[in-house]
Amino acid sequence: MLSKSQARTFFLGGTLVTFLIFIGLTIYSMAPSNDQSNHQNITEQVIKGKHIWETNNCMGCHAIMGEGGYYAPELTKVIDRRGAPLVKAILQSPIPWAPNGRKMVAYEMSDEDAEAMIEYLKWIGEIDLNGFDRIVSPLAKDKLKD
Amino acid sequence: MKYKSQQVAYWFFALCMLLFALQIVYGFIMGFARIGMDGLHDWIPFNTARAVHTNLLVVWLLTGFMGAAYYIIPEEAQRELVSVKLAYVQLISLAVVGVAAITGYHFNIWEGRKFLEIPRELDYLVVVNVLLFLGIILATLFKGKRQTTTALVMTMGLVFAALLYLPGMIWFDSQVTDSFFRWWVVHLWVEGVWELIMGGILAFLLIKLTGVDREVIEKWLYVIVGLTFLSGILGTGHHYYYIGVNKIWLVVGGVFSALEPLAFLAMALFAVYMYRKGEKNHPNKIALFWTIGAAIVSFIGAGLLGFAHTLPQTNLYTHGTLVTAMHGHYAFWGAYVMIVLAIISYAMPNITGRKRHDKTNGHLAFWLSNIGMLGMVVALGVAGVVQVYLERRLSMDFMIAQEEVKIHFVVMLLCATMFATGIGIYIYEFIKYGRPTNEALSKKEETVLVS
Repeated sequence: MLSKSQARTFFLGGTLVTFLIFIGLTIYSMAPSNDQSNHQNITEQVIKGKHIWETNNCMGCHAIMGEGGYYAPELTKVIDRRGAPLVKAILQSPIPWAPNGRKMVAYEMSDEDAEAMIEYLKWIGEIDLNGFDRIVSPLAKDKLKD
Repeated sequence: MKYKSQQVAYWFFALCMLLFALQIVYGFIMGFARIGMDGLHDWIPFNTARAVHTNLLVVWLLTGFMGAAYYIIPEEAQRELVSVKLAYVQLISLAVVGVAAITGYHFNIWEGRKFLEIPRELDYLVVVNVLLFLGIILATLFKGKRQTTTALVMTMGLVFAALLYLPGMIWFDSQVTDSFFRWWVVHLWVEGVWELIMGGILAFLLIKLTGVDREVIEKWLYVIVGLTFLSGILGTGHHYYYIGVNKIWLVVGGVFSALEPLAFLAMALFAVYMYRKGEKNHPNKIALFWTIGAAIVSFIGAGLLGFAHTLPQTNLYTHGTLVTAMHGHYAFWGAYVMIVLAIISYAMPNITGRKRHDKTNGHLAFWLSNIGMLGMVVALGVAGVVQVYLERRLSMDFMIAQEEVKIHFVVMLLCATMFATGIGIYIYEFIKYGRPTNEALSKKEETVLVS
């Protein structure tokens, strides 16, 4: 039967080994050659868009790359699906946008802020999501057609 | 209660009760919004309610863990806390930071990163607060007469939880890197180091409630936390499948996530086995219910329901749907809420000196909240599966699919009412215990009947 010191060794050893592997895999994933996010396309506008996204807690309702709230639509390829003009109109609307009665906060964004959001969402739409963006409808537009 | 400073725990537990009640209120706001009753939209829109609901959970559970540590560490180290005054300072500052954050959310002051919405300025205060807490605990532990495995595992969990908060404070330009390191905090907390804290509390309670030899319990504690880390650290990969990082995580995350239920299975088997093996007939049955309940429900909620959607092939469809909400509710309830309610149930008679632990109300609170929560989870689960089918298999528009699952939220709200009634009774009982008394000191801790 396992002794207490063997149990401790199992705990400490297991933790150390898996943690080192985790660090190794993190470095591997972050290597520029393994980038799937078109990192070079992150412009000042995209960064600004990300900041607006965060400071308004858009993730509290919407999901992006499958992460966030489940109250409002996934926005990963929203520019592709709905077009920039509509998205811009929603962001600038003075009254709450309410599709099917579910209300969004009326942000009344400036032109500049709304453009930054669109650039951010465009950049998100180009990331390789290992199939999530190709297989899962309604993100996968081609699948919608057949 | 053997040490006067253990009384500090009472005030942490009281704050827990307050924040938990508030968390439930915000849960109801979200539930009603989902069935089209969002009259509060102008004051509390859904994203505010959600941030408050999830952040209150984190804050009150951490408050509970801290209270548990202030109760357990003196007893394990066999000495008083090094400073009771500082512990109160820490409690008050924690409450202030929590209230400031929650209030800020209502005025669009936040950093909208799911679960880590606290704005950066307040993050620094959190760090100072946690350092103060750890200082008190570590100093007490190392000045103590003994350092038990239970105390060490729990403290290690608290130290790592603090360290892992830091990667969440780095600023990244890329949403992908941001998400990647956000999970270092969120996943490695709830599926890693928090389990150390839970394991520590569980071991302490089992030693006290079952009377099984400490050596036996602590040996298994090592095995369980070993399994937790072995599977949980690389299991972080299940959050990395579809967020724009390398495909290697599909394999690593898939394999190690599949192993994650093992740790919870071990925990459930361990608790039940120790209970059966125990020769002590402890009079605090309510604490025993919550303790064994935590071990079993965490296996179902965190282990099995987690496994149900962490395989990459399944997660491809369930990622970012109500299925996640279903798993999240039962996992948090079983693993963390129940263990905090267990330690509170155990500590209250000892802190206040009033043996109100075998009342009908206590049992009612346990069963109503458990059945209510199970009902909520089933309702969310059905809604989630329907959503996946309609939206992701049949390409139905998101909002149309949401209309279809509305009815499940009516069921969920009914179950939530039952749940809230149970928790209401628990809080009522907590209040009925009254304040800590010094008479509770020096008394023999519990009357132990040997069967």
